[in-house]
Amino acid sequence: MPVWLAAAFAALLAAQIASHGLQPSTGAVANDLPPPPKSTALRLAGLGEDAAIARLAMLYIQAFDLRSDNPTPYQRLDYGRLVEWLEAILDTDPRSAYPLFSAARIYAENPDPAKSRIALEFVYRAYLKAPNARWPWLAHAALVAKHRLKDLALARRYAAAIDRHTTDPNVPSWARQMEIFILEDMNELEAAKVMLGGLLASGRITDPAEARFLKERLEALEQRTAAAASR
Amino acid sequence: MRPTLILAGNILLEARRSGLPWLALACVAAAIVLAAFVSQVALTESLQLQSALAAALLRACAAFLVMVTVASSTVREIADKGFDLMLSLPLSRAVQYIGRWIGHALCAALVALLFSLPLLLWNAPGAVLHWGLSLAFELALIAALALFFSIALAQHLPAVAASAGFYLLARMLATIQSIAGTPLVDTNWAQRAARWTIDAIAFLLPRLDAATRTDWLLYGTPPAADYVAVLGGLALYTVLLLAAGLIDLHRRNL
Repeated sequence: MPVWLAAAFAALLAAQIASHGLQPSTGAVANDLPPPPKSTALRLAGLGEDAAIARLAMLYIQAFDLRSDNPTPYQRLDYGRLVEWLEAILDTDPRSAYPLFSAARIYAENPDPAKSRIALEFVYRAYLKAPNARWPWLAHAALVAKHRLKDLALARRYAAAIDRHTTDPNVPSWARQMEIFILEDMNELEAAKVMLGGLLASGRITDPAEARFLKERLEALEQRTAAAASR
Repeated sequence: MRPTLILAGNILLEARRSGLPWLALACVAAAIVLAAFVSQVALTESLQLQSALAAALLRACAAFLVMVTVASSTVREIADKGFDLMLSLPLSRAVQYIGRWIGHALCAALVALLFSLPLLLWNAPGAVLHWGLSLAFELALIAALALFFSIALAQHLPAVAASAGFYLLARMLATIQSIAGTPLVDTNWAQRAARWTIDAIAFLLPRLDAATRTDWLLYGTPPAADYVAVLGGLALYTVLLLAAGLIDLHRRNL
């Protein structure tokens, strides 16, 4: 092999590595969520692999406006567009719980009450389509409405819907009696512990990532409650 | 029967020597690593995400490997005039064609078996068995499809492109039909003609959207009657493709 050829190859490889190193890093993710595709477009893109494309789409939107240096998560996220994405993803794979988990436990816990309500209403509308499968998310939505939004009427509306529409005999009694649960003088930490304990005891939470996420949330809530009590 | 089995054995030997086993293993490794990597950012349903992503990737890789293997083997044999030599032997064209297909179908079954094994990491054996058996039937259909196009077109790139296009259309057609059938679409004559054309094409293609579903892994196996109907449909279409290939082979002046 000619020496000049090897030298040229080495030089070009070095140039490629150098040019890549000089480009700015793409660490910051976009804030503006693009318009969502229809669920049929998602199905088409996934070649019929609805379960895989729905979950990949969830990972895609999960990264928006979620940066470590953002003190207020999702502060610039367009919640109207976000809910359209969640609806399209849920329509693509109706049996996936990921969109409802994200809506109830992440996007609804936005400090902006208007955005929180948008996420909660999405959970409520989705619950009405499959009450027996989706009641855990509405139960959490009721807790968020009571303890974060301080909107007792909204919390009671969600709790009453669980009692009225769930027909599965395996739904635990504490979920059916959630309206009483809402009205009791129980703080957010106690309520969350009861609900989470009930879900874990019933075996509903089987995914290790979800169990880890919920445990971290409970610990954060405990720290927040302890800090508030000490003031 | 014996010449058929000898031909099938030669196909298996060629596949083993062509590097197909290593490619298949590489696909399995890539699917597992990618699924595990992507699921690290999932907040929930991480196991389901791994299973769904791995199954989708493995199914696509299996289809591609079988298509390319069949096309490469057949087109090479045609180019080397080995195909003409075989046709000059006192063996019926049907025996030679079916023998080739059996060899490729056996390769496909081995690929389906290998690609099903990693799914046991996340799913029950029964669900994986349903998925794997359906994949084997699907790959046998793809082998018949690629064999038909390879002999008909006698060129590698057009044969692979035709097979891939046919396969993708068969997988997407149910979704295309639902898009064409939406009530929001204006019902002028052009729209209606497009819808009828799509429906007519659907009658001529296999229902690949109903086969090898990831739903079976995540949400439970289908009812037995539905499952048998799916496998029956795949088997029927495979035989149809073999018949088409035999008709094409017999009409050729070789």
